[in-house]
Amino acid sequence: MDAIMLQEKLVERLLCPRVRTARQKEKQYVGFATLPNQVHRKSVKKGFDFTLMVAGESGMGKSTLVNSLFLTDLYKDRKLLNAEERINQTVEIIKHTVDIEEKGVKLKLTIVDTPGFGDAVNNNECWKPITDYIDQQFEQYFRDESGLNRKNIQDNRVHCCLYFIPPFGHGLRPVDVEFMKALHEKVNIIPLIAKADCLTPNEIKKLKDRIREEIDKFGIKVYQFPECDSDEDEEFKQLDKELKECTPFAVIGSNTVVEARGQRVRGRLYPWGIVEVENQSHCDFVKLRNMLIRSHMHDLKDVTCDVHYENYRAQCIQEMTSKLAQDNRMESPIPILPLSTPDVETEKLIKLKDEELKRMQEMLNKMQQQMHDKEQ
Amino acid sequence: MREETAGELETDSLSPMEDGEEKERGIMGLQDDSKCQPGQAALMDSQNSIPETGENGVVVGTEMEEKGMEEGDLKKEMGMEMELEVEAEVKVELCQSGHGLQVSFIRGTDLFGYVGIEAVLDQMRRKTMKAGLEFNIMVVGQSGLGKSTLVNTLFKSKVSRKSCTSNYEEKISKTVKLHSVSHVIEEKGVRMKLTVIDTPGFGDQINNENCWEPIVKHVNEQYEKYLREELHINRKRKIPDSRVHCCIYFLPPTGHRLRQIDVEFMKRLGKIVSIVPVIAKADTLTIEERQEFKERIRQDLAANGIRVYPQKEYDEDPEDSILNDRIRESIPFAVVGTDKEHQVNGHKVLGRKTKWGIIEVENVEHCEFANLRDLLIRSHLQDLKDVTHNIHYETYRVRRLNESNVSFSELGLAPWPLENGTDDRGQSESHL
Repeated sequence: MDAIMLQEKLVERLLCPRVRTARQKEKQYVGFATLPNQVHRKSVKKGFDFTLMVAGESGMGKSTLVNSLFLTDLYKDRKLLNAEERINQTVEIIKHTVDIEEKGVKLKLTIVDTPGFGDAVNNNECWKPITDYIDQQFEQYFRDESGLNRKNIQDNRVHCCLYFIPPFGHGLRPVDVEFMKALHEKVNIIPLIAKADCLTPNEIKKLKDRIREEIDKFGIKVYQFPECDSDEDEEFKQLDKELKECTPFAVIGSNTVVEARGQRVRGRLYPWGIVEVENQSHCDFVKLRNMLIRSHMHDLKDVTCDVHYENYRAQCIQEMTSKLAQDNRMESPIPILPLSTPDVETEKLIKLKDEELKRMQEMLNKMQQQMHDKEQ
Repeated sequence: MREETAGELETDSLSPMEDGEEKERGIMGLQDDSKCQPGQAALMDSQNSIPETGENGVVVGTEMEEKGMEEGDLKKEMGMEMELEVEAEVKVELCQSGHGLQVSFIRGTDLFGYVGIEAVLDQMRRKTMKAGLEFNIMVVGQSGLGKSTLVNTLFKSKVSRKSCTSNYEEKISKTVKLHSVSHVIEEKGVRMKLTVIDTPGFGDQINNENCWEPIVKHVNEQYEKYLREELHINRKRKIPDSRVHCCIYFLPPTGHRLRQIDVEFMKRLGKIVSIVPVIAKADTLTIEERQEFKERIRQDLAANGIRVYPQKEYDEDPEDSILNDRIRESIPFAVVGTDKEHQVNGHKVLGRKTKWGIIEVENVEHCEFANLRDLLIRSHLQDLKDVTHNIHYETYRVRRLNESNVSFSELGLAPWPLENGTDDRGQSESHL
């Protein structure tokens, strides 16, 4: 009885006022329309997390862009290595975590940096540390998910990778193509044209066309924006279309605030003019920020979970099963699957397998249901 | 006036512009004191028979004479003014004596009459103009850094590979190929055969190890060619010079430091050719970033023992040192190149138009293109050739000939010619 009363009170508070007056309707009103709001409140309390990876040669303005995107200064005490120190440097993976709060919503942002990428004379397989890192995160999540205690799973999977293409070339270079091909099935890649203030508007357009052509030519699967629902309004659809035509985004970042047109804006001061980072006619920074944070953050996470992670998982399980079939011995220890005791028992293995299969089945059903709902 | 002229020949303390101005002032001042001697009229006439460029050349600054062709603007201007002063000049000179700078050489007035030594400069000048000059420049850098555009802008004509090959494709080639394009450019009667050697494919691959080797090989091959020509018994009067006089190395404007590939390349090539590093596409760096970047690059260069042009050890005299020090303080030059013109304040300027302004290429407040051009063409062109000939080529030659002394039969190179030169004639002819 009390629960129903509570529910009704909630309904009153959260729904719009006009419902309150129609007391007769209440009798037929169930009230699960408040579900999104409940989810919203819970998520706000729990907070979001997002892992972003930035990759590209040094000097492309990655750190500056990250600072501009999230209005933080993550790289305050960075020391630049000179050429000698860089000779023996391999690609490292460095994580910076920062908690940002805005209007009561908490975001735990993790930036994964990749210094040393593409800097050596011989850059063969310089992306290997990066792919290994991404796989490691997937593996860790896989273990956690398959483990017995799943209360506090930490999600360190990389949700998005911003790849910085130098504006100096005539399109994609061999190292760009190889990197993106190695990673496009593991993470959402968003290619960006870095330091776009050295290009005139014509040059930007030509470069973007060229890059899009080459991405198609080489079969690189970069992150695709999801299609608009047919019931969205025209303005939204128009914006969405513009966004899609603008890729790859030509961005400019800045750590400094300058005075332009009477306002203080983030920008770069040159003798010939002032470049404003947030001016849409100067660069696509605003579009990138809106896309990344304001509209597609959740979608990026979803695609990571539903597509990339599932691919990894399927691959993993397949390898395990094929290995088992090959060996034809049930006792062989499976390296990937985490089991608490070092000596493997076959029944446990089979039981685990069954659970996996059941879970996969559920997932499939859920996705089918979702598709079904969408169609409706 | 003659004394002063001679003085200028020796001390060269003033830059060409100041030189000329002083001359003017001198002439103006002394004109009033001139006492005409009719006996000198005949001499004057013979003087005047030398075309005005003679006076012109002498007055303006001998360093430019010796260095060969420069932009003729300055000289022509001076020439006009000097023409009118010719008579005054001669008269003044012969009337005065004992005046002038304290220099330890025979002053013109001590000679019995006018000898005409400085006419040699005029003869040199005319010969150079007739013969023309050759200049070979190599551009090295990753694809897309604006090498072709910069070369076109430097020489104000379409001389780069991009403009010449009909099916120019902006594809990244798999190996480093060298591509030479030659043009003859003429300006005010001076002809220059300019060869631009492009190096597509440098630094573009994933694995760039040894991508500098084809370039090193090419430079050495040119020296070898010249050496062989020089060692011929019957050699041509003017050996065709295909040696690389200058190598412009393009650094991407990352704003950080020199990259490993930059260090490796410049270390190896700095020993055999004059390298001029430039920061390409510098319109992406603000002024402070540019200064910091340059500072770090200079530190890296010093730390790795890389010598770029102008090299400190080849400075011949103090004022060269001063001039070159100023240049050394501002290398690498931050350049922007373009071939498009826009209207700014009513004039047409070469520039790049963006949404936030127009970057004027020839404006020294925007970028250092003008400095680079002045260095390469207007002031140090001949010096680059001299350094290549006197230092780099000689180093190569010595090394080569030492090697050949050890085992000349293997190399097929004629041994160092003996005193009489007869014994090896057969051998050299068969090999070369």
